[in-house]
Amino acid sequence: MRPEELRAFLAKQNDKSLLRFLTCGSVDDGKSTLIGRLLFDTKLVFEDQLRALERDSKKHGTTGDDMDFALLLDGLEAEREQGITIDVAYRFFATEKRKYIVADTPGHEQYTRNMATGASNSDLAVILVDARKGVLTQTRRHAYICSLLRIRHVVLAVNKIDLVDFSEDIFDAIDGEFRDFADKLGFASIVSIPMSARFGDNVIERSSRIRWYDGPALLTHLDTVDVDTDRRGRAFRMPVQWVNRPNLDFRGFAGTVASGRVRAGDPIVVANSGRTSTVSRIVTMDGDLAEAAAGEAVTLTLADEVDISRGDVLSTPSARPDVADQFAAHLLWMAEEELLPGRQYLIKIGAKTVPASVTELKHRIDVNSLEHMAAKTLQLNEVGFCNFSTATPIAFDAYADNPETGGFVVIDRFTNGTVGAGMIEFGLRRATNVHWQALDVNKSARAGLKNQKPVILWFTGLSGSGKSTVANIVERKLLFGGQHTYMLDGDNVRHGLNRDLGFTDADRVENIRRVAETAKLFVDAGLIVLVSFISPFRSERRSARELVQPDEFLEVFIDTPIEVCMARDPKGLYKRAKAGEIKNFTGIDSPYEAPEAPEIHVKTVDMTAEDAADQIVARLRAAKIVP
Amino acid sequence: MREVAAEFANPVMLYSIGKDSSVMLHLAMKAFYPAKPPFPFLHVDTTWKFREMISFRDKVARELGIKLLVHTNEDGLKRGINPFDSGSALHTQVMKTEALRQALDKYGFDAAFGGARRDEEKSRAKERIFSFRTAGHVWDPKNQRPELWRIFNARIKKGESIRVFPISNWTELDIWEYILAENIPIVPLYFAAKRPIVIRDGSIILRDDDRMTLMPGEKVEERVVRFRTLGCYPLTGGVESPATTLEEIVAEMLAARTSEREGRVIDHDESASMEKKKREGYF
Repeated sequence: MRPEELRAFLAKQNDKSLLRFLTCGSVDDGKSTLIGRLLFDTKLVFEDQLRALERDSKKHGTTGDDMDFALLLDGLEAEREQGITIDVAYRFFATEKRKYIVADTPGHEQYTRNMATGASNSDLAVILVDARKGVLTQTRRHAYICSLLRIRHVVLAVNKIDLVDFSEDIFDAIDGEFRDFADKLGFASIVSIPMSARFGDNVIERSSRIRWYDGPALLTHLDTVDVDTDRRGRAFRMPVQWVNRPNLDFRGFAGTVASGRVRAGDPIVVANSGRTSTVSRIVTMDGDLAEAAAGEAVTLTLADEVDISRGDVLSTPSARPDVADQFAAHLLWMAEEELLPGRQYLIKIGAKTVPASVTELKHRIDVNSLEHMAAKTLQLNEVGFCNFSTATPIAFDAYADNPETGGFVVIDRFTNGTVGAGMIEFGLRRATNVHWQALDVNKSARAGLKNQKPVILWFTGLSGSGKSTVANIVERKLLFGGQHTYMLDGDNVRHGLNRDLGFTDADRVENIRRVAETAKLFVDAGLIVLVSFISPFRSERRSARELVQPDEFLEVFIDTPIEVCMARDPKGLYKRAKAGEIKNFTGIDSPYEAPEAPEIHVKTVDMTAEDAADQIVARLRAAKIVP
Repeated sequence: MREVAAEFANPVMLYSIGKDSSVMLHLAMKAFYPAKPPFPFLHVDTTWKFREMISFRDKVARELGIKLLVHTNEDGLKRGINPFDSGSALHTQVMKTEALRQALDKYGFDAAFGGARRDEEKSRAKERIFSFRTAGHVWDPKNQRPELWRIFNARIKKGESIRVFPISNWTELDIWEYILAENIPIVPLYFAAKRPIVIRDGSIILRDDDRMTLMPGEKVEERVVRFRTLGCYPLTGGVESPATTLEEIVAEMLAARTSEREGRVIDHDESASMEKKKREGYF
């Protein structure tokens, strides 16, 4: 190739558009074979890879003496041995017209989360069905998840058509059945193609073996489909990732334009604070730009000194995002540990991370039938429709209007894992109508009168560890000392306030949330509140702690080994739990997460309850909570 | 890159002096302009890198005004680990993988940028952009976080770390196109020149210094060669090529039917070997 030819070639490369698509289908539908075939036929497989493939085909292959193209893709040793794809793999190829990034995702229901991950960054989905099996439950699930993530274009690849003698009737029946279902999901285009990935029919070129089919081959369609991903046409949004301050004279706001475009001189508004300014420069290392559009990473400087920090969203003043601390969203749960409404998680949207919880789980959506089901929790791979409440207001758009500013992830506060993916439907206004009433008499006035420092003593420990016994003695001692106290006891509260709650994880979370809020009210009343609850989960104890000031919460761990508790068994509960008469009993078939750093740690084994109480009261004196 | 600089206390960019590293460094300069990148660059020096790489490294760091850290596994040096006598596997394990862990622990880095790409190798096709490592730098394929949209969960506990691969979705062709379009300086070894080489086990090895002793029957020849990837010189096979400009390199690459890692001796053992190395903490 001569230099001028090369220049022309490279110029053409730059003009090529990028199409990101995902393939979904189950283990045997031939998905990996299809992608392997695309890579092979677009000459993206190198000779040395081909040699490895030939070698591996003999070892693991399922296609006899032919090359097993699927082995090009299944990267991790474990899945190669099991012959299934368990994670999302990204593949790259290019044609004369386009560059492609393929997300290869697994098909089983237990991998819904992997599929959603692939779908979140794709413009189009290729859904495979085996011509011998037709539209299955999982085909419907794949279509639904694609629609949930707002993929607009779908290709139904009716694969293995050679195994049904290239039957037009079978193809038409599958196509019709799929459309009946998918028409409800609002895709912009659905194209069905009969193909054989293994032999390459209708993959790259129209097959001479399927003469009745007059549509395009898969690759022809991918090359020409208009994916209408014009993020640039939407309103301007840019989450601020980084405030760039190399010296006192420069203050730039760096981020990637999420949607729309921005020009020097444009008015902008900081969505969260409502402050406005004008863009003075769009700074890059290669000189200032007149304009920047969606997808470009830039640094903006503004005409005015406006307080902006990481996570704020810059937007056009004429079409602002919503700003609210409550919203409704679809939520796909991605963790082994179930979603618990009421538990505090973190959500990350754009560059902003805030504490948030699900205040109401309205329903679960059966991903196979699309029916709405009543639910108290969400399990791994389940989709629900929920109300969220955030600790501070966030700026967002509805996901349907702008996926860049309407999608968020849910993060577990303890494991730091990404446990959910949310798509905001709409903001909830009702929060803005409940205002705080300003009160004249406050906490310190009430506490001052009682000559004490209000505090929560949160007793946690297994059933039978001695929590209530010790707490009782502590309260008695405090009372004799002239202190004003109140005791919230697990069993007693369950007779009244929490009478409607059971012992599932979800109910335990709500149980603790109510008690924590009640304890907070008593602290506000100036009292020393003793809370004696098993409270098995760290998350909820942490949420309770965060309701009050840092010095108003003392975690008291009544540390008694379970064998001792079982031997004591004062209420005969362990015996019944072991006999299977009581379900979800902490320590037996429900977990207890011990405190990592309790303020007071009482080891009861070689200690009387009286001694334990003395130890606690001594600590309160030392901390000057009581005189 | 901005996301990492904002979310982590002590990030670092691994700098291997190769073409991918050159692109990463360039991107970092752009991302934080007019400021300098708010993190240092780390080179793990096995002491067996091509001499031209080292002089290029020092020149680039000086000219761009970035903070460069160089770490060598001194313990490995004392043990006399070298690619000739110890074998490529042990040498890589001790002088690269272990050395990298040492450096990350020494400086307490909680995030490290690497230039790995998904198109390089099968097990890398599933790598995350934010790749989670436990406190022992271990990569567990089952314990990786889903990455939706462009939202990256950067939260870690003390001792844990994240490896970040900003150019995951680039292909080799993208790298070269970008180098050409942005006029990014790269090590001269990528260009063809007359160099003293030895043919060993079918690979073209540059005799970069006299630590390489000749085996019976081997002789040093002057040939016009260049390198498609760069690493330790005894482990990096060159190709015979007349390409002396970027355009010629790209043209040659387009015509090539051999993928780039073939030049690296370490991948040959078994096709799953990269996955094994990753689990142990290799990039």
